[in-house]
Amino acid sequence: MKMSIREAINQTLHQEMERDERVIVLGEDVASDQGGVYGITDGLPAKFGLHRVIDTPITESAIVGAAGGAALTGLRPVAELMFVDFLGVCLDQILNQIAKFRYMFGGQARTPVVIRTMIGAGTGTGPQHSQILYPLLAAIPGIKVVTPANAADAKGLLTTAIRDDDPVIFCEHKALYMDECEVPEGEYLLPFGQARTAVEGSDITIVGMSRTAVIAEEAASALSQQGVNAEVLDLRTLSPLDEGAVLESLAKTGRVVVVDEANPYCSMASEIAGLVVERGFDLLDAPVKRVTSPHTPVPATPCLEAEYVPNVERVIAAVQETLDY
Amino acid sequence: MSPEKLADAYRLMKTIREFEERMRSEYQQGKLPGFIHIYRNQEAIAVAACLDMTNEDYIASTHRGHGHCIAKGCEIEAMLLELACKEDGLCNGKGGSMHIADMSKGMLGANAIVGGGPPIAAGAALTAKTLGNGAISMAFIGDGASDQGTVAESLNLAVVLQLPMIFMYENNRYAEFTKSPKPDGRIAERAGAFGMPAEVIDGSDFFAMYDACQRAITRGREGGGPTAIEAVCNRYYGHFEGDAQAYRDQDELAQERAVSDPIPRFLADPRAAALTPEKVAEIDAAIMAEIDRGFDVTYAAADPTPDKLYTDVYIQYEGRLR
Repeated sequence: MKMSIREAINQTLHQEMERDERVIVLGEDVASDQGGVYGITDGLPAKFGLHRVIDTPITESAIVGAAGGAALTGLRPVAELMFVDFLGVCLDQILNQIAKFRYMFGGQARTPVVIRTMIGAGTGTGPQHSQILYPLLAAIPGIKVVTPANAADAKGLLTTAIRDDDPVIFCEHKALYMDECEVPEGEYLLPFGQARTAVEGSDITIVGMSRTAVIAEEAASALSQQGVNAEVLDLRTLSPLDEGAVLESLAKTGRVVVVDEANPYCSMASEIAGLVVERGFDLLDAPVKRVTSPHTPVPATPCLEAEYVPNVERVIAAVQETLDY
Repeated sequence: MSPEKLADAYRLMKTIREFEERMRSEYQQGKLPGFIHIYRNQEAIAVAACLDMTNEDYIASTHRGHGHCIAKGCEIEAMLLELACKEDGLCNGKGGSMHIADMSKGMLGANAIVGGGPPIAAGAALTAKTLGNGAISMAFIGDGASDQGTVAESLNLAVVLQLPMIFMYENNRYAEFTKSPKPDGRIAERAGAFGMPAEVIDGSDFFAMYDACQRAITRGREGGGPTAIEAVCNRYYGHFEGDAQAYRDQDELAQERAVSDPIPRFLADPRAAALTPEKVAEIDAAIMAEIDRGFDVTYAAADPTPDKLYTDVYIQYEGRLR
């Protein structure tokens, strides 16, 4: 069935709440008539009641912390951090508390919590509502970071996230919510740490994640008109990371371009470049190239924001440069 | 209070006292790693708070958490093994004093982040409310932590969601090295302003603490929502072991130490009359023997093997991330 990412997430929440009564949803506006900013939680309160779909005050530390505490004591909470930028007000509960429970408690603790959050630029929401920030999260040992690029993956990965016994941060790119594709009916799970080959090719590998996987696919399609067979790898999850898939694709193509909407310094693009140099140096026919946002905040101005995010033209230029090396 | 319960209360307070005095002495000899924070003269608070809790009730503790652990039922030997960071400790030695936890006892962890625990305790209270199992959850909060935003957020959430939660403030009047500028009672006043019953209790008075905790626990179990208790007490030793408290007026400190010891006060109370001197001596002997045994086991115990560095991370990293 064809559906959007927004609909796929909504359907998954319905299915998982139906399946397991320990699953609860909490966050700001999640029980409102509109189902939150993008209608993600639409229909949940009517079906599952306000004791399982919990509207909270605007209180991110308490939302995330209480979700962690509830997970530690037997529920399977899906908390909503409306925009990932709000990590700024609740980071302690993720960084020092939830991320450490199992390790610092010597394996006693189980923390099946999912934090759903909106990431990314492209809607003119400016410096405090448009960031990516997933490299910051992936840098925390143990935190699982999931970045679906299409509706089918959103369903499969969110189902896995909710059933996972460990903390998962599920990053939803706000510019992708309305993108549609075929989504499997019924129960559908995708394993973490398994990248998706979005396009098969042999000339060059383009690595993307979340929205940049979509951009990479568009670039590959344009490049095929010019006779370039680019392979596109969508990482799907940043932690755990499918290092093997990147290296296997590199073995086939000998060239890598990484497209990442994060700021370049300490980005996923840097991490992939590091991986390729460290583990795949002998396979490289050209230096690995990164296409990222600049190292600046995200501007609100639409014309500057359009310059900020990686786009198809920049990916094509990077591919050409790498091929011409 | 039944003679058995009186004996339990005494045993727990005295265990905390002797356990920590021995810890101090061992620590001063360099036999224990890390930081330790001693709870002396605050024992009545933890014991009154946890005496009627079951393993299904939850507490979230603080950096000064040994007393909370013992009051909640953690085994002395397993605690000592953890505080010495041994393989068989409660947390396999990876938590130590400031992160010790015992899930089987509903002890959700000491916390090295001041103010880190209350949101977690609110989550445990949310579990109890959602499952409707009558359990309650308590956050221990120092007077220093009372100024943290996480505490205010938790107070508010507990009121909005009517959680079965108790905010147990331990106002020992010192936030690390700094004397609290707040008058006693201000913390309860703040908590009350969020819309919950809030009481100020003498934290050295076991019986007054016990009665207040009974009211709060009953309210929580019966769906009456959260309660705050400000237990006013004295921090006998420094912020951490090794802090000589040079910043404190020494006369005032000596005076406070003398009047704030909850244990003689408990024994002198007519309500503890059933606890005979013979019974007290018997309990004391058993406590000392248990602590001696615990240290013997601890010093003979193995350190974690090097491979344990990698275990119990949520993701099993391989290769270059090791």
